[in-house]
Amino acid sequence: MTLSREAVGEIASLARLQLTEEEIDRFGDQLSAILDYFDRLQALDTSGVPPTASVTGLVGVMRVDEVRLSFDQATALANAPAAEDGFFTVPAVLEDE
Amino acid sequence: MVELTLHEARARLDTGELTALALTDAFLERMAADESLHCYLTQSADLAREQAAAADERLAAGERGALLGLPIALKDVLSTEGVPTTCGSRILEGYVPPWDGTVVARLRRAGAVFLGKSNTDEFAMGSSTENSAYGPTRNPWDSTRVPGGSSGGSAAAVAADLCLAALGTDTGGSVRQPASFCGVVGLKPTYGRVSRYGLVAFASSLDQIGPLTKDVRDAALLLEAIAGADPLDSTSAPRAVPPYAEALERSELRGLRIGLPSEWFGDGLSSAVRSHVAAAVAQLEALGAELREISLPMTAYSIPIYYILAPAEASANLARYDGVRYGLRAAESPADIFDFIAQNREAGFGAEVKRRIMLGAYALSAGYQEAYYKKAQSARTLLKQEFDQTFEQVDLIAGPTTPSTAFTFGAHANDPLAMYLEDIYTIPVNLAGLPAISVPCGLADGLPVGLQLIAPAWEEERLLGAAYRYEAARGTIKR
Repeated sequence: MTLSREAVGEIASLARLQLTEEEIDRFGDQLSAILDYFDRLQALDTSGVPPTASVTGLVGVMRVDEVRLSFDQATALANAPAAEDGFFTVPAVLEDE
Repeated sequence: MVELTLHEARARLDTGELTALALTDAFLERMAADESLHCYLTQSADLAREQAAAADERLAAGERGALLGLPIALKDVLSTEGVPTTCGSRILEGYVPPWDGTVVARLRRAGAVFLGKSNTDEFAMGSSTENSAYGPTRNPWDSTRVPGGSSGGSAAAVAADLCLAALGTDTGGSVRQPASFCGVVGLKPTYGRVSRYGLVAFASSLDQIGPLTKDVRDAALLLEAIAGADPLDSTSAPRAVPPYAEALERSELRGLRIGLPSEWFGDGLSSAVRSHVAAAVAQLEALGAELREISLPMTAYSIPIYYILAPAEASANLARYDGVRYGLRAAESPADIFDFIAQNREAGFGAEVKRRIMLGAYALSAGYQEAYYKKAQSARTLLKQEFDQTFEQVDLIAGPTTPSTAFTFGAHANDPLAMYLEDIYTIPVNLAGLPAISVPCGLADGLPVGLQLIAPAWEEERLLGAAYRYEAARGTIKR
């Protein structure tokens, strides 16, 4: 299978990645080769086999819903790339109407 | 004193022959020359000396504890309060967590000393540490070769006496493979044995924290300290943790049925690794184990299953890195919110992380989910059943940890698939959620070879016991 440049661009967009032209070419070739290798899985008969999402066998694990201390505002903002008046700030991306 | 094991250092601290501070200073002095190997991304010298001094006070007051005052390294994917935690990624450069993960908190309370954060492939995605945004770690046995990965910094630090022991994480072999390449012991516990809370998520159904140590007894000690149920991780199992270290003395190989998967000794296994693992298996037999040939045909499907499921989980887990609340913000004049996020991620993630996010997004996308993601999930069921049935006939499985010894830098550059195939003997274990250990079993052309032992779920005691008996019979491996 060969992924087209358009297909690579579409996947990147789904993944919220803005790739360079060079990356689109390189990843396209590499992902195509990897997907070709994955095709061997299609030879395996999995009809009627339930999927495994987790191997623990644990279901519906519950814990007490109790109020606990969390971070104060200053701590929560300590790693913020930008903050103002106790809020995270981001560049304005909405136009004034 | 830096060459001591955890249990040897323990004895010296308890008798007062050695102090935690003196031991810590000896490591910090050695770590000043770490540029050559680059095991550490952050050295937390001030914290380490503070913890060591506190441990010495507790010891002087008569307190005793398995890890009290013992200096260790933590893989840089473990959230550590007050210490930078980068996951080997630019996107988390300078990020200082305000909280400890459960395992880190347990070790802190136990009085362990944190020397620093060890190097890793970015977000633990890789088998060589070449994917670290901060440069690779070198193999202490041969600096032209990789230490393995993704826990390569931890494995190399243990091998080079830059810590007494270390923690790594194993999603597809990331503790066992570097342990094998660096000639140290690496243990991947049963999925659910150790809390993942505060382990920065890569593939949540596969990730597990495990020890890298100089010997099997140390692996038992460290596992005992980190294992156990945690209300903050609903996948951690509500099971009692046995006293692993104490149980070692009662262990024996006599009567244990050990399975040798024919597929794991066939094509693709280098002759150097084959001969050393065969010799180790013969030793197990000499110690009383009963060898049986077994077959694990699902091994052939394990790489596609893993490289569909792990990237699918990663693409969801890594969606959180958007440059809003923490992490790199690189966007300039973004057109809209999606552009803002995409610019930050493009600047912050390296090539392998982008590849896996794309692979995962593709496998989960409309039209392909049935053919890839659901197919792989069903195949995972068959693979797990194969192990379940095999363990009705044998008590342990033995084989190689890796197909070859440590490879050179750049050996798999531009061929990600070739790098993925390096994990062929470790990945099936993660998919089935089983415990496994890599124990050094010799040197091939001066490079370490690892013997891998695998046990049924929750049977770490049996696994460690067998590894312990083998290790004692094997004797010292000389450089």
